[in-house]
Formats: sequence, structure tokens, C-alpha cells
Amino acid sequence: MIVNDEQFRLKVGLAEMLKGGVIMDVINAEQAVIAEKAGASAVMALERVPSDIRKEGGVARMSPVRIIREIMGAVTIPVMAKARIGHFTEARILESLGVDYIDESEVLTPADDEHHIAKRDFTVPFVCGARNLGEALRRIAEGATMIRTKGEAGSGNIVEAVRHIRTIIREMRHLTILGKEELVHEAKVLGAPLDLVEWVAEHGRLPVPNFSAGGIATPADAALVMQLGAEAVFVGSGIFKSSDPEARAKAIVKAATYYKDPAMLLEASEELGMAMPGLDISKLPAEELMQTRGW
Amino acid sequence: MSATRKKLVGILALQGDFEAHEKALKTAGADTLQVRTAQQLDRVDALIIPGGESTTMLKLLGYMNLLEPLRSFAATKPVFGTCAGAILLANKVESPNQESLGIIDMTIERNAYGRQIDSRVAEVDYEGRPFEAVFIRAPIIRKTGPGVRVLAEYQGTPVLIEQGKHLASTFHPELTGDSRVHSLFLSKI
Repeated sequence: MIVNDEQFRLKVGLAEMLKGGVIMDVINAEQAVIAEKAGASAVMALERVPSDIRKEGGVARMSPVRIIREIMGAVTIPVMAKARIGHFTEARILESLGVDYIDESEVLTPADDEHHIAKRDFTVPFVCGARNLGEALRRIAEGATMIRTKGEAGSGNIVEAVRHIRTIIREMRHLTILGKEELVHEAKVLGAPLDLVEWVAEHGRLPVPNFSAGGIATPADAALVMQLGAEAVFVGSGIFKSSDPEARAKAIVKAATYYKDPAMLLEASEELGMAMPGLDISKLPAEELMQTRGW
Repeated sequence: MSATRKKLVGILALQGDFEAHEKALKTAGADTLQVRTAQQLDRVDALIIPGGESTTMLKLLGYMNLLEPLRSFAATKPVFGTCAGAILLANKVESPNQESLGIIDMTIERNAYGRQIDSRVAEVDYEGRPFEAVFIRAPIIRKTGPGVRVLAEYQGTPVLIEQGKHLASTFHPELTGDSRVHSLFLSKI
């Protein structure tokens, strides 16, 4: 399942370049410029940030092409955009547009309630969300070349992101101590291809970069998931729904680099105002959860 | 036992694929240190600036007041930049104009092949043998000064160059198994 061909290496290659950085959600060119100036390593173009999607409801789709084009024209860093789960024609449009990465994202309303996009068929690389190792490996089998733990988008609450990164790391660690004959059973339990399970058992990590998303609102949140093993962070509503987007964006960029250095984290947190309002996820009705979208 | 200590190679670890360089350096037989502060920079004998986003690294260098320390470091010690690292080393950056360290006498154009869908793997000739060059949203070196020697070319433009003890490549030797370019850099220490 791991075809280490040119395409795979180029797709993973760009993900490698984004490590240690912050990928910021933006809804227009003006926000993209603010993100780039603060040191974002990429921006994610979307129509509405997750917390607004949550509030306003309705069907959330790929961004209007015009807005993505304006964002691509406004910044020199990579531009990602979201497509609905299973919506391969939205993905083809984004590919033709020339976005640098597509996020097949649970934040948008799924277009297919059983299947994800066959991502190997594309030249543009894909990132997908995952809550556990089985989900991550299924997405990699389909061709995702970057995984991000889902967390709970638009919640401003880090608890789900922490749960998901811990789960994936624990499940990978578990595989490394199993015997060969146990891996077949484990592949069945995980619902993941055996060869990918064997690869993880041998290397103790995913065959593609593993980033974190969903609920990061402060520099401390970013540093927390990085210390738990995330290799970069996505920040959605956390920046532009705060009282101080520019300062917060800068502070989170610093935190992603100096995540092990408490003095630097203090400095980064020093002059920040109020973070975005957060949600208690245990009080959210099950149908309002975004993380359960994806199969 | 040798009286001289083993050389320590730093990798600027602000953002990007610094871990891939760390691995390549270890394969080439070097001791490594991730560099995020001026104090760490003081400890190393050479420095690699990795691939990543040059604008992100530039911001962090600014936040941490590391630009001047890096320039003084390069006055006496070797620096190797790949892709974004090469952009930071140039004395002129185009598309758009941006600040840089001005360590290597060259003009470099950012994202010059296009976007990610234009990224590519190509074979380039290095020391008479093919080297697999991985270009990811790569820059193109448009002009080089008289002190610069071109070590490899692709489509008629330089992709691996040296200027005295410094080295720059627009591709990513750290993403291939071939450690010849890293060995060349180690030989400059």
C-alpha cells in the first residue's frame, strides 16, 4: 500500500516542509496576508471558520473559487483548501485551480456517507483527519499523504485533539511490541490494511507526517499537542475568532517552534487578550460533533 | 584518543524538514544539534538551513534576533541551505523581494517552477554521476556572482552551488538516500 513512487515522495515532501509550522484557516485574502505576516507556514482557504459553521448550520461546502484564487494571489506560502468528504469533483476543481494541498475535511458537510475520495488518482496531495490509528491508516491507504488528528473543530476546546493524538501514538506504540502473527488480528481490529499495520509496527510512526487540529486556541494548546507528538498544527477558528488575531497568530507560530521551552512559551503568551470562546464538548449533542464524520 | 573534539553540525530548527537533515547528517557520520537560539548557534561548527517556508523562518529569525548572529557565524563557519534555506542565504530574493542573510552572491526567485502540482523529481548530474533531485515548490537561481561555482544544473539553471565554504541547493538532498551532498558539506568544516 505504500507505493514509494515519485508522486508519493513529492506529496509527503511538501508535508515535510510544513513541519514545525502553523497552518491557519482564513476566509479571505486579507486574513491570508495577516497569517503570512505572522509567520504561518501555509493557509487553509475556507468559506466560514468551523465555529461559524457550527453556529449557522446548513450545508458547508468547498469555498467559492474566486475567494481561493484571491487568497492564492495574495500570499506566497502554500494555499490549502477544503473539499467535502467523498466529493471528488470538488477536489478535481481545487486541483485544476492549483491549490497546494486539499483537506478532505469533516468540517464540511460530507458528500458521501460511506466513501472517501480515491486520493492516489490525483496529482495534488491530500490531508485527512483521523481520531485513531485505524482511521489514519485507511486514509493513507486511500492516498492521504498527511494526517491531522481531528480534535473537535470550532470548539476552542483542546480535549478532543489531545485524546486523538494520544490515541494514535498509543496505538502505534502498541503495534511495536506485537509479534508478526498478532498483526493480522490487529489489522482486522483496526480495520486497516495489513501492510500498513506492519509498516507502523516496524517504524513506530505513521508513514506520512502527523499533524494536529481541532480546538487549538492558545500558544499553550499548540505546544501541548506538539509535546504529545504532533509535528505541526492547524489552527482554525482559534486565530480570527479571538480578540487579537495578529498577536495570537504570531504567538502560536512561536509556540510551535519553542514548544519545549517554557520561558519562550511564557513570552509568547504574555500580551495576549481573550482567546475565542470555547465549548464544553461533553454537552454537545452527538449530531453536532464534526469528528464523527469520516468512515 | 584524538585531542580535537568531534565536529558538531547544527541544523536551524525553527520550521521545516530539519529532522530529515538530521537523519542525513547522521548517515554521513556527523554529530548534530538542533539550533533554535543564539546560544545553540555558538556551540556548532557548521550550520544547515533546511527546507520549509522561508517567510516563516524569516519571521522567527526576526522575533529571536538571530539574523545578525547568523551573518557573523557565516563569516567564519560553513553554512548549507536547501530550498527555503538557499533563499535565506541569497543576497537578493525576487518574487517577491524579501529580506535575506546575504551570505551567498546570488539572485534567487521564489516558487519559480509554479505551485505544488509543478513540483518534480529530476535526475541531475553531480560529479559525473546522476543525483536524484527532489524539487518542491522550488526556487530558481537566476544569477550568481564571480565567487560562486556551479556544481549541478537542471534545465540550464544552477541547482547546487558553492561559494567558498558555503553551499546551497534548490532541491532537497535530505529527502533522498544519497548522502554525497551532505558529505561534501561535512568536508568543508
